[in-house]
Amino acid sequence: MDLNLDAPHSMGTTIIGVTYNGGVVLGADSRTSTGMYVANRASDKITQLTDNVYVCRSGSAADSQVVSDYVRYFLHQHTIQLGQPATVKVSANLIRMLAYNNKNMLQTGLIVGGWDKYEGGKIYGIPLGGTVVEQPFASGGSGSSYLYGFFDQAWKENMTKEEAEQLVVKAVSLAIARDGASGGVVRTVIINSEGVTRNFYPGDKLQLWHEELEPQNSLLDILNAAGPEPMAM
Amino acid sequence: MTFTIPIDNGDALKNAEADSQRTLYPYVTGTSIVAIKYKDGVLMASDMGGSYGSTLRYKNIERMKAIGKHSLLGASGEISDFQEILRYLDELVLNDNMWDDGNSLGPKEVHNYLTRVMYNRRNKFNPLWNTLVLGGVKNGESYLGMVSMIGVSFEDNHVATGFGNHLARPILRDEWHADLSFEEGVKLLEKCMRVLLYRDRSAINKLQIAKITEEGVTVSQPYSLKTFWEFKAFNNPTAGAEGSW
Repeated sequence: MDLNLDAPHSMGTTIIGVTYNGGVVLGADSRTSTGMYVANRASDKITQLTDNVYVCRSGSAADSQVVSDYVRYFLHQHTIQLGQPATVKVSANLIRMLAYNNKNMLQTGLIVGGWDKYEGGKIYGIPLGGTVVEQPFASGGSGSSYLYGFFDQAWKENMTKEEAEQLVVKAVSLAIARDGASGGVVRTVIINSEGVTRNFYPGDKLQLWHEELEPQNSLLDILNAAGPEPMAM
Repeated sequence: MTFTIPIDNGDALKNAEADSQRTLYPYVTGTSIVAIKYKDGVLMASDMGGSYGSTLRYKNIERMKAIGKHSLLGASGEISDFQEILRYLDELVLNDNMWDDGNSLGPKEVHNYLTRVMYNRRNKFNPLWNTLVLGGVKNGESYLGMVSMIGVSFEDNHVATGFGNHLARPILRDEWHADLSFEEGVKLLEKCMRVLLYRDRSAINKLQIAKITEEGVTVSQPYSLKTFWEFKAFNNPTAGAEGSW
């Protein structure tokens, strides 16, 4: 079986962005793969662009990193010139500009999410090709295939911050269960008028899905828990 | 203003794609647009879907937009290219307004501009992957035209793109006539859209109908069409032939 260790680093990925009553919650898995090998099992795919705008990255790790770096650089200058924080829409449009004009070379799907004083919490999806779509919730990456039905059923308008974060964690966790290219931990970033909160959910903090078993230290623990051997008299 | 990331694309002599920027294939696409002339102007219909391959990924995309005071542009094909075209037209309309001379771009002019853009991109082997429908009314004259991604451009009383070419046009050829009322026009478009809903895999049941008259452009709210499944033969189609489909 060819592990293809020379394959480009790609974030199989599950990424999610959800708006709620007061802000946005961004979520992602943490697996970066090179072919069949997991090059980084604890990556951070939710990248900061400004104090109030973050981006979830999927697809080619290199492409998404370089696009984020350019946009962070542009936004930094823009913020200085504007004299106030950049809006989420401007951030999304800068990403769009790079994604669209380099569509033949880039292979990265991004979800931009943030909070600004004009529009509140907003999520913009920017898939391959450079289309910009403003959405109340968005998902991307290979794991998102498994979530279209889930979100159709589970997403509701005007959720609270807690409900929104729980939804995001549940969704990423479900995608990880079925998508080989997604895995590791679930990271979330909550952005609202008060600021930014980062959260981290390792596998053992997540609920178990179909055919998943409670993790143990060893088989020996299970055998011993079944009761001590009858005493040899 | 374009910003291209400087990239070393390999030996330009050997690598065929090295120096050419070309859109090779579309990613997020819109399906058919159907449009007809009617008594007071033009009616255009489209669904709100953006497909990503075979996935019906986006269900709230507006594929028809007003251009200036007199025109309506509908697009099928790659949505990012449509968004770029809207930016070009924004600039066109802005410059037109800045003349401040009481004149404004009519549908004929916008159609001509788009034709030039599409054809020139085609010549550079870097097409905007869209088929565009341009409708409008100016000075009492209705106008309806179409431009494809290879620059083929024409006007007609009724047009359709994508699957609509095969499914909607025969209906329109049969049932369109001059001076349709608004109600007749909407019913005719809905007939076409319903067939597309049954038979086009990338169609979704959420559509808008737009109307352009001398007064201006109105795009309806999104709505869904009822569909009919109660044919007896649909109920148990293999009854007389077990094992068939």
